[in-house]
Amino acid sequence: MNPSFLKATLAIIHKDLAAEFRSRELLTAMLTFSVLVILIFNFALDLNIDVRQKVTAGVLWTTFAFAGTLGLNRSMAVEKDRGCMDGLLLAPVDRSAIFFGKAISNLAFMLIVEAIVLPLYAFFYNETRIFQWEFIAVLLLGSIGYISVGTLLSAMSVQTRTREILLPILLFPIAIPVLIASVLASGAIINDAGLPQIITPLNLLIVYDVIFIAVSFMFFDAIVEE
Amino acid sequence: MQQKPILLTILDVLSIIAIGIATYFALFLAPTELVMGEVQRVFYFHVGTGWVALLGFVTASIAGILYLITKSMTWDRFGLAAVEVSAMFFLITIVLGSIWARPAWNTWWTWDVRLTSAAITELIFIAYFMLRAGIEDPEKRARFGAIYTILGGLSAPITFMVIRLFRSIHPVVVGNPSAEAQGGFDMTVDMRNTLFIALIAFTILFIDFIWHRIRLSGLQEKVEQLKLKTLGE
Repeated sequence: MNPSFLKATLAIIHKDLAAEFRSRELLTAMLTFSVLVILIFNFALDLNIDVRQKVTAGVLWTTFAFAGTLGLNRSMAVEKDRGCMDGLLLAPVDRSAIFFGKAISNLAFMLIVEAIVLPLYAFFYNETRIFQWEFIAVLLLGSIGYISVGTLLSAMSVQTRTREILLPILLFPIAIPVLIASVLASGAIINDAGLPQIITPLNLLIVYDVIFIAVSFMFFDAIVEE
Repeated sequence: MQQKPILLTILDVLSIIAIGIATYFALFLAPTELVMGEVQRVFYFHVGTGWVALLGFVTASIAGILYLITKSMTWDRFGLAAVEVSAMFFLITIVLGSIWARPAWNTWWTWDVRLTSAAITELIFIAYFMLRAGIEDPEKRARFGAIYTILGGLSAPITFMVIRLFRSIHPVVVGNPSAEAQGGFDMTVDMRNTLFIALIAFTILFIDFIWHRIRLSGLQEKVEQLKLKTLGE
Protein backbone atom coordinates (compact mmCIF):
# COMPACT_ATOMS: atom_id res chain seq x y z
CA MET A 1 0.00 0.00 0.00
CA ASN A 2 1.11 3.48 -0.80
CA PRO A 3 2.53 5.17 2.33
CA SER A 4 0.64 8.46 1.92
CA PHE A 5 -2.65 6.53 1.74
CA LEU A 6 -1.87 4.77 4.99
CA LYS A 7 -0.78 8.02 6.58
CA ALA A 8 -3.98 9.80 5.54
CA THR A 9 -6.12 6.94 6.86
CA LEU A 10 -4.27 6.92 10.16
CA ALA A 11 -4.57 10.70 10.44
CA ILE A 12 -8.37 10.51 10.09
CA ILE A 13 -8.62 7.69 12.63
CA HIS A 14 -6.42 9.68 15.01
CA LYS A 15 -8.56 12.80 14.54
CA ASP A 16 -11.82 10.92 15.21
CA LEU A 17 -10.54 9.04 18.24
CA ALA A 18 -8.91 12.16 19.75
CA ALA A 19 -12.08 14.22 19.27
CA GLU A 20 -14.15 11.43 20.79
CA PHE A 21 -11.93 10.90 23.81
CA ARG A 22 -12.15 14.61 24.54
CA SER A 23 -15.90 15.04 24.15
CA ARG A 24 -17.06 11.45 24.82
CA GLU A 25 -20.39 12.42 23.22
CA LEU A 26 -20.74 9.46 20.94
CA LEU A 27 -19.62 6.63 23.19
CA THR A 28 -21.69 7.85 26.13
CA ALA A 29 -24.79 8.00 23.96
CA MET A 30 -24.18 4.61 22.36
CA LEU A 31 -23.49 2.91 25.70
CA THR A 32 -26.44 4.39 27.54
CA PHE A 33 -28.67 3.52 24.63
CA SER A 34 -27.37 -0.08 24.57
CA VAL A 35 -28.07 -0.57 28.27
CA LEU A 36 -31.55 0.88 27.79
CA VAL A 37 -32.28 -1.48 24.91
CA ILE A 38 -31.19 -4.48 26.99
CA LEU A 39 -33.35 -3.24 29.86
CA ILE A 40 -36.35 -2.96 27.55
CA PHE A 41 -35.69 -6.45 26.15
CA ASN A 42 -35.51 -7.80 29.68
CA PHE A 43 -39.12 -6.88 30.29
CA ALA A 44 -40.44 -7.16 26.74
CA LEU A 45 -39.18 -10.73 26.30
CA ASP A 46 -39.07 -11.74 29.95
CA LEU A 47 -35.45 -12.88 29.69
CA ASN A 48 -35.53 -15.83 32.07
CA ILE A 49 -33.17 -18.76 31.70
CA ASP A 50 -35.22 -20.69 29.10
CA VAL A 51 -35.85 -17.68 26.89
CA ARG A 52 -32.22 -16.56 27.11
CA GLN A 53 -31.09 -19.90 25.78
CA LYS A 54 -32.68 -19.00 22.45
CA VAL A 55 -32.54 -15.25 22.19
CA THR A 56 -29.22 -14.08 23.67
CA ALA A 57 -27.56 -13.72 20.25
CA GLY A 58 -30.62 -11.92 18.87
CA VAL A 59 -30.87 -9.49 21.78
CA LEU A 60 -27.18 -8.61 21.61
CA TRP A 61 -27.21 -8.12 17.84
CA THR A 62 -30.33 -5.97 17.90
CA THR A 63 -28.73 -3.82 20.57
CA PHE A 64 -25.51 -3.41 18.60
CA ALA A 65 -27.35 -2.69 15.35
CA PHE A 66 -29.42 0.08 16.97
CA ALA A 67 -26.47 1.56 18.85
CA GLY A 68 -24.46 1.30 15.63
CA THR A 69 -26.85 3.50 13.64
CA LEU A 70 -26.71 6.05 16.44
CA GLY A 71 -22.92 6.19 16.19
CA LEU A 72 -22.84 6.18 12.38
CA ASN A 73 -25.29 9.06 12.18
CA ARG A 74 -23.42 11.17 14.67
CA SER A 75 -19.97 10.52 13.28
CA MET A 76 -21.01 11.71 9.81
CA ALA A 77 -23.23 14.56 11.03
CA VAL A 78 -20.28 16.08 12.90
CA GLU A 79 -18.28 16.19 9.67
CA LYS A 80 -21.13 17.78 7.76
CA ASP A 81 -22.34 20.32 10.32
CA ARG A 82 -19.12 22.13 10.95
CA GLY A 83 -18.00 21.94 7.34
CA CYS A 84 -15.26 19.46 8.17
CA MET A 85 -16.24 17.24 5.27
CA ASP A 86 -15.41 19.99 2.77
CA GLY A 87 -12.04 20.40 4.44
CA LEU A 88 -11.38 16.68 4.26
CA LEU A 89 -12.40 16.60 0.61
CA LEU A 90 -10.09 19.50 -0.21
CA ALA A 91 -7.13 17.67 1.30
CA PRO A 92 -4.86 16.26 -1.42
CA VAL A 93 -5.39 12.63 -0.43
CA ASP A 94 -7.16 9.70 -1.99
CA ARG A 95 -10.88 9.86 -1.19
CA SER A 96 -10.96 6.19 -0.27
CA ALA A 97 -8.47 6.98 2.50
CA ILE A 98 -11.20 9.18 3.99
CA PHE A 99 -13.64 6.28 3.72
CA PHE A 100 -11.29 3.82 5.39
CA GLY A 101 -10.43 6.34 8.11
CA LYS A 102 -14.08 6.99 8.91
CA ALA A 103 -15.00 3.32 8.68
CA ILE A 104 -12.18 2.18 10.96
CA SER A 105 -12.95 4.80 13.59
CA ASN A 106 -16.66 3.90 13.41
CA LEU A 107 -15.67 0.27 13.83
CA ALA A 108 -13.53 1.20 16.82
CA PHE A 109 -16.49 2.92 18.49
CA MET A 110 -18.73 -0.04 17.83
CA LEU A 111 -16.15 -2.49 19.20
CA ILE A 112 -15.63 -0.37 22.32
CA VAL A 113 -19.38 -0.41 22.93
CA GLU A 114 -19.45 -4.18 22.39
CA ALA A 115 -16.50 -4.67 24.71
CA ILE A 116 -18.42 -2.91 27.49
CA VAL A 117 -21.89 -4.30 26.77
CA LEU A 118 -20.82 -7.96 26.62
CA PRO A 119 -19.45 -8.07 30.20
CA LEU A 120 -22.51 -6.09 31.34
CA TYR A 121 -24.79 -8.65 29.75
CA ALA A 122 -22.79 -11.43 31.36
CA PHE A 123 -23.08 -9.63 34.68
CA PHE A 124 -26.84 -9.09 34.44
CA TYR A 125 -27.66 -12.62 33.31
CA ASN A 126 -24.80 -14.71 34.63
CA GLU A 127 -24.08 -15.64 31.03
CA THR A 128 -20.46 -16.63 30.50
CA ARG A 129 -20.96 -18.58 27.27
CA ILE A 130 -20.55 -15.36 25.31
CA PHE A 131 -16.86 -15.23 26.20
CA GLN A 132 -15.70 -17.73 23.60
CA TRP A 133 -13.23 -16.68 20.97
CA GLU A 134 -15.55 -18.01 18.24
CA PHE A 135 -18.35 -15.78 19.49
CA ILE A 136 -16.04 -12.76 19.56
CA ALA A 137 -14.81 -13.57 16.04
CA VAL A 138 -18.38 -13.61 14.69
CA LEU A 139 -19.03 -10.33 16.49
CA LEU A 140 -15.98 -8.81 14.82
CA LEU A 141 -16.90 -10.08 11.33
CA GLY A 142 -20.50 -8.91 11.71
CA SER A 143 -19.42 -5.48 12.93
CA ILE A 144 -17.03 -5.09 9.99
CA GLY A 145 -19.77 -5.80 7.45
CA TYR A 146 -22.32 -3.64 9.23
CA ILE A 147 -19.96 -0.69 9.62
CA SER A 148 -18.57 -0.77 6.08
CA VAL A 149 -21.95 -0.48 4.42
CA GLY A 150 -23.17 1.76 7.26
CA THR A 151 -20.36 4.28 6.76
CA LEU A 152 -21.14 4.45 3.04
CA LEU A 153 -24.87 4.93 3.60
CA SER A 154 -24.38 7.48 6.37
CA ALA A 155 -22.28 9.56 3.96
CA MET A 156 -25.29 9.36 1.67
CA SER A 157 -28.06 10.02 4.20
CA VAL A 158 -26.27 13.00 5.75
CA GLN A 159 -26.59 14.82 2.43
CA THR A 160 -30.38 14.42 2.24
CA ARG A 161 -33.15 16.52 3.70
CA THR A 162 -34.36 13.84 6.12
CA ARG A 163 -30.85 12.91 7.38
CA GLU A 164 -31.00 11.02 10.70
CA ILE A 165 -34.29 9.25 10.14
CA LEU A 166 -33.19 8.06 6.72
CA LEU A 167 -30.09 6.10 7.77
CA PRO A 168 -31.77 3.13 9.50
CA ILE A 169 -34.32 2.90 6.71
CA LEU A 170 -31.56 2.77 4.10
CA LEU A 171 -29.22 0.61 6.12
CA PHE A 172 -31.36 -2.17 7.62
CA PRO A 173 -32.72 -3.73 4.40
CA ILE A 174 -29.19 -3.79 2.92
CA ALA A 175 -27.50 -4.97 6.13
CA ILE A 176 -30.07 -7.64 6.93
CA PRO A 177 -27.85 -10.53 5.70
CA VAL A 178 -25.16 -9.46 8.20
CA LEU A 179 -27.62 -9.38 11.06
CA ILE A 180 -29.26 -12.72 10.23
CA ALA A 181 -25.99 -14.52 9.52
CA SER A 182 -24.39 -13.15 12.72
CA VAL A 183 -27.38 -14.10 14.85
CA LEU A 184 -27.44 -17.61 13.35
CA ALA A 185 -23.70 -18.16 13.75
CA SER A 186 -23.36 -16.71 17.25
CA GLY A 187 -26.54 -18.43 18.42
CA ALA A 188 -25.15 -21.75 17.18
CA ILE A 189 -21.87 -21.10 19.00
CA ILE A 190 -23.59 -20.29 22.29
CA ASN A 191 -25.77 -23.38 22.11
CA ASP A 192 -22.91 -25.68 21.12
CA ALA A 193 -24.55 -26.62 17.83
CA GLY A 194 -22.62 -28.67 15.29
CA LEU A 195 -19.90 -27.20 13.10
CA PRO A 196 -22.01 -27.04 9.89
CA GLN A 197 -24.54 -24.83 11.65
CA ILE A 198 -21.76 -22.39 12.50
CA ILE A 199 -19.76 -22.57 9.28
CA THR A 200 -22.60 -22.00 6.78
CA PRO A 201 -23.75 -18.59 8.09
CA LEU A 202 -20.12 -17.70 8.79
CA ASN A 203 -19.19 -18.26 5.14
CA LEU A 204 -22.02 -16.01 3.99
CA LEU A 205 -20.91 -13.39 6.52
CA ILE A 206 -17.38 -13.44 5.11
CA VAL A 207 -18.71 -13.23 1.53
CA TYR A 208 -20.85 -10.24 2.51
CA ASP A 209 -17.91 -8.53 4.23
CA VAL A 210 -15.62 -8.92 1.22
CA ILE A 211 -18.23 -7.76 -1.31
CA PHE A 212 -19.40 -4.77 0.68
CA ILE A 213 -15.97 -3.54 1.72
CA ALA A 214 -14.99 -3.58 -1.96
CA VAL A 215 -18.22 -1.92 -3.10
CA SER A 216 -18.14 0.76 -0.41
CA PHE A 217 -14.55 1.50 -1.32
CA MET A 218 -15.57 1.92 -4.96
CA PHE A 219 -18.68 4.03 -4.37
CA PHE A 220 -17.52 6.37 -1.62
CA ASP A 221 -15.91 8.68 -4.16
CA ALA A 222 -19.17 8.94 -6.11
CA ILE A 223 -21.09 9.79 -2.93
CA VAL A 224 -18.96 12.61 -1.59
CA GLU A 225 -18.23 14.33 -4.91
CA GLU A 226 -19.99 17.66 -5.36
CA MET B 1 -46.70 18.92 -27.46
CA GLN B 2 -44.90 15.62 -27.70
CA GLN B 3 -46.88 13.02 -29.65
CA LYS B 4 -47.33 9.59 -28.13
CA PRO B 5 -45.16 7.23 -30.20
CA ILE B 6 -47.22 4.95 -32.46
CA LEU B 7 -45.22 1.93 -31.30
CA LEU B 8 -46.25 2.63 -27.70
CA THR B 9 -49.91 2.67 -28.69
CA ILE B 10 -49.44 -0.66 -30.45
CA LEU B 11 -47.76 -2.02 -27.32
CA ASP B 12 -50.70 -0.76 -25.19
CA VAL B 13 -53.18 -2.65 -27.33
CA LEU B 14 -50.93 -5.70 -27.44
CA SER B 15 -50.59 -5.87 -23.67
CA ILE B 16 -54.34 -5.52 -23.15
CA ILE B 17 -54.94 -8.39 -25.58
CA ALA B 18 -52.15 -10.52 -24.03
CA ILE B 19 -53.43 -10.03 -20.49
CA GLY B 20 -56.95 -10.82 -21.74
CA ILE B 21 -55.80 -14.07 -23.31
CA ALA B 22 -53.79 -14.99 -20.20
CA THR B 23 -56.84 -14.32 -18.00
CA TYR B 24 -59.01 -16.46 -20.25
CA PHE B 25 -56.48 -19.30 -20.19
CA ALA B 26 -55.97 -19.11 -16.43
CA LEU B 27 -59.66 -18.96 -15.55
CA PHE B 28 -61.24 -21.22 -18.18
CA LEU B 29 -58.82 -23.31 -20.21
CA ALA B 30 -56.39 -24.53 -17.56
CA PRO B 31 -57.65 -27.65 -15.76
CA THR B 32 -58.68 -27.37 -12.11
CA GLU B 33 -56.00 -28.70 -9.81
CA LEU B 34 -57.10 -31.89 -8.02
CA VAL B 35 -56.08 -31.16 -4.45
CA MET B 36 -56.23 -27.38 -4.15
CA GLY B 37 -59.14 -26.72 -6.48
CA GLU B 38 -59.97 -23.35 -8.04
CA VAL B 39 -57.65 -21.28 -5.85
CA GLN B 40 -54.68 -22.79 -7.63
CA ARG B 41 -55.58 -20.64 -10.68
CA VAL B 42 -54.05 -17.66 -8.91
CA PHE B 43 -50.71 -19.40 -9.49
CA TYR B 44 -50.45 -18.27 -13.13
CA PHE B 45 -50.70 -14.60 -12.25
CA HIS B 46 -48.64 -15.03 -9.10
CA VAL B 47 -45.71 -16.42 -11.07
CA GLY B 48 -46.28 -13.94 -13.92
CA THR B 49 -46.18 -10.88 -11.67
CA GLY B 50 -43.35 -12.34 -9.59
CA TRP B 51 -41.28 -12.88 -12.69
CA VAL B 52 -41.60 -9.30 -13.94
CA ALA B 53 -41.07 -7.94 -10.43
CA LEU B 54 -37.74 -9.75 -10.30
CA LEU B 55 -36.98 -8.64 -13.85
CA GLY B 56 -37.59 -5.02 -12.79
CA PHE B 57 -35.31 -5.39 -9.79
CA VAL B 58 -32.45 -6.70 -11.94
CA THR B 59 -33.14 -4.08 -14.63
CA ALA B 60 -32.95 -1.31 -12.02
CA SER B 61 -29.52 -2.48 -10.83
CA ILE B 62 -28.23 -2.67 -14.41
CA ALA B 63 -29.65 0.80 -15.12
CA GLY B 64 -27.84 1.99 -11.96
CA ILE B 65 -24.50 0.67 -13.23
CA LEU B 66 -25.11 2.19 -16.68
CA TYR B 67 -25.98 5.55 -15.10
CA LEU B 68 -22.76 5.62 -13.09
CA ILE B 69 -20.76 4.84 -16.23
CA THR B 70 -22.47 7.18 -18.69
CA LYS B 71 -23.97 9.83 -16.33
CA SER B 72 -26.90 10.03 -18.74
CA MET B 73 -30.25 11.02 -17.20
CA THR B 74 -32.01 8.53 -19.50
CA TRP B 75 -30.64 5.68 -17.37
CA ASP B 76 -31.86 7.39 -14.22
CA ARG B 77 -35.37 7.61 -15.64
CA PHE B 78 -35.09 4.00 -16.74
CA GLY B 79 -33.97 2.89 -13.26
CA LEU B 80 -36.75 4.82 -11.52
CA ALA B 81 -39.33 3.36 -13.90
CA ALA B 82 -38.03 -0.17 -13.29
CA VAL B 83 -38.12 0.27 -9.49
CA GLU B 84 -41.64 1.74 -9.49
CA VAL B 85 -43.09 -0.92 -11.76
CA SER B 86 -41.24 -3.68 -9.94
CA ALA B 87 -42.43 -2.42 -6.52
CA MET B 88 -46.02 -2.54 -7.72
CA PHE B 89 -45.67 -6.04 -9.16
CA PHE B 90 -43.92 -7.33 -6.03
CA LEU B 91 -46.87 -6.09 -3.98
CA ILE B 92 -49.34 -7.83 -6.33
CA THR B 93 -47.28 -11.03 -6.13
CA ILE B 94 -47.33 -10.96 -2.34
CA VAL B 95 -51.08 -10.32 -2.20
CA LEU B 96 -51.85 -13.07 -4.75
CA GLY B 97 -49.52 -15.43 -2.88
CA SER B 98 -51.36 -14.71 0.38
CA ILE B 99 -54.70 -15.48 -1.25
CA TRP B 100 -53.31 -18.85 -2.31
CA ALA B 101 -51.44 -19.51 0.94
CA ARG B 102 -54.50 -19.10 3.15
CA PRO B 103 -56.20 -22.32 1.94
CA ALA B 104 -52.98 -24.14 0.96
CA TRP B 105 -50.82 -23.46 4.02
CA ASN B 106 -53.64 -22.39 6.34
CA THR B 107 -51.94 -19.04 6.93
CA TRP B 108 -51.76 -15.70 5.12
CA TRP B 109 -48.10 -15.28 5.78
CA THR B 110 -45.11 -17.33 6.84
CA TRP B 111 -41.47 -16.35 7.23
CA ASP B 112 -40.38 -18.50 4.35
CA VAL B 113 -37.32 -17.52 2.33
CA ARG B 114 -39.17 -16.32 -0.78
CA LEU B 115 -41.77 -14.41 1.20
CA THR B 116 -39.21 -12.78 3.44
CA SER B 117 -36.93 -11.89 0.53
CA ALA B 118 -39.87 -10.34 -1.32
CA ALA B 119 -40.78 -8.31 1.77
CA ILE B 120 -37.20 -7.10 2.22
CA THR B 121 -36.96 -6.19 -1.47
CA GLU B 122 -40.15 -4.17 -1.08
CA LEU B 123 -38.53 -2.38 1.88
CA ILE B 124 -35.43 -1.64 -0.21
CA PHE B 125 -37.74 -0.05 -2.78
CA ILE B 126 -39.47 2.08 -0.15
CA ALA B 127 -36.07 3.19 1.16
CA TYR B 128 -35.12 4.06 -2.43
CA PHE B 129 -38.21 6.26 -2.84
CA MET B 130 -37.54 7.99 0.50
CA LEU B 131 -33.93 8.58 -0.48
CA ARG B 132 -34.97 10.18 -3.76
CA ALA B 133 -37.62 12.29 -2.05
CA GLY B 134 -34.99 13.72 0.31
CA ILE B 135 -32.68 15.09 -2.39
CA GLU B 136 -33.41 18.17 -4.49
CA ASP B 137 -30.49 18.25 -6.89
CA PRO B 138 -31.52 15.97 -9.81
CA GLU B 139 -27.95 14.93 -10.61
CA LYS B 140 -27.25 13.93 -7.00
CA ARG B 141 -30.63 12.20 -6.77
CA ALA B 142 -29.78 10.12 -9.82
CA ARG B 143 -26.30 9.27 -8.52
CA PHE B 144 -27.47 8.22 -5.03
CA GLY B 145 -30.43 6.33 -6.47
CA ALA B 146 -28.15 4.41 -8.83
CA ILE B 147 -25.74 3.49 -6.03
CA TYR B 148 -28.57 2.38 -3.78
CA THR B 149 -30.15 0.11 -6.40
CA ILE B 150 -26.75 -1.51 -6.98
CA LEU B 151 -26.29 -2.08 -3.23
CA GLY B 152 -29.79 -3.55 -3.09
CA GLY B 153 -29.10 -5.78 -6.07
CA LEU B 154 -25.92 -7.06 -4.41
CA SER B 155 -27.39 -7.71 -0.99
CA ALA B 156 -30.64 -9.37 -2.14
CA PRO B 157 -29.03 -12.65 -3.30
CA ILE B 158 -27.07 -12.90 -0.04
CA THR B 159 -30.27 -12.19 1.91
CA PHE B 160 -31.93 -15.00 0.00
CA MET B 161 -29.11 -17.43 0.79
CA VAL B 162 -29.01 -16.47 4.47
CA ILE B 163 -32.75 -16.83 4.97
CA ARG B 164 -32.65 -20.20 3.19
CA LEU B 165 -30.68 -21.47 6.19
CA PHE B 166 -34.03 -21.41 7.96
CA ARG B 167 -36.50 -24.03 6.79
CA SER B 168 -38.41 -23.22 3.61
CA ILE B 169 -41.93 -24.43 2.78
CA HIS B 170 -42.49 -22.55 -0.47
CA PRO B 171 -43.18 -25.10 -3.25
CA VAL B 172 -40.79 -25.24 -6.19
CA VAL B 173 -43.27 -26.08 -8.94
CA VAL B 174 -41.07 -25.90 -12.02
CA GLY B 175 -38.44 -28.65 -12.12
CA ASN B 176 -39.27 -30.18 -8.75
CA PRO B 177 -42.41 -32.33 -8.86
CA SER B 178 -41.62 -34.08 -5.56
CA ALA B 179 -42.82 -31.26 -3.33
CA GLU B 180 -46.51 -32.08 -3.10
CA ALA B 181 -46.57 -31.96 0.67
CA GLN B 182 -45.77 -28.23 0.53
CA GLY B 183 -48.56 -27.48 -1.92
CA GLY B 184 -46.59 -28.24 -5.04
CA PHE B 185 -48.16 -30.11 -7.94
CA ASP B 186 -47.35 -31.71 -11.26
CA MET B 187 -48.30 -29.47 -14.16
CA THR B 188 -50.23 -30.86 -17.11
CA VAL B 189 -49.52 -29.62 -20.63
CA ASP B 190 -52.44 -27.17 -20.42
CA MET B 191 -51.16 -25.76 -17.14
CA ARG B 192 -47.71 -25.37 -18.59
CA ASN B 193 -49.06 -23.55 -21.64
CA THR B 194 -51.17 -21.25 -19.47
CA LEU B 195 -48.17 -20.40 -17.33
CA PHE B 196 -46.13 -19.72 -20.43
CA ILE B 197 -48.79 -17.40 -21.85
CA ALA B 198 -49.10 -15.58 -18.52
CA LEU B 199 -45.32 -15.05 -18.40
CA ILE B 200 -45.29 -13.59 -21.93
CA ALA B 201 -48.34 -11.42 -21.22
CA PHE B 202 -46.83 -9.93 -18.08
CA THR B 203 -43.50 -9.34 -19.80
CA ILE B 204 -45.27 -7.34 -22.52
CA LEU B 205 -47.22 -5.41 -19.88
CA PHE B 206 -43.99 -4.75 -18.00
CA ILE B 207 -42.25 -3.28 -21.06
CA ASP B 208 -45.34 -1.17 -21.74
CA PHE B 209 -45.44 0.20 -18.17
CA ILE B 210 -41.72 0.97 -18.15
CA TRP B 211 -42.00 2.83 -21.42
CA HIS B 212 -44.95 4.87 -20.12
CA ARG B 213 -43.11 5.69 -16.92
CA ILE B 214 -39.95 6.81 -18.73
CA ARG B 215 -42.04 8.98 -21.03
CA LEU B 216 -43.83 10.45 -18.00
CA SER B 217 -40.48 11.37 -16.37
CA GLY B 218 -39.41 13.08 -19.58
CA LEU B 219 -42.66 15.08 -19.72
CA GLN B 220 -42.34 15.98 -16.03
CA GLU B 221 -38.90 17.42 -16.64
CA LYS B 222 -40.22 19.41 -19.59
CA VAL B 223 -42.98 20.90 -17.42
CA GLU B 224 -40.41 21.86 -14.78
CA GLN B 225 -38.29 23.60 -17.41
CA LEU B 226 -41.29 25.44 -18.85
CA LYS B 227 -42.30 26.58 -15.36
CA LEU B 228 -38.82 27.92 -14.67
CA LYS B 229 -38.84 29.66 -18.06
CA THR B 230 -42.17 31.42 -17.45
CA LEU B 231 -41.11 32.42 -13.95
CA GLY B 232 -37.89 33.86 -15.39
CA GLU B 233 -39.71 36.08 -17.88
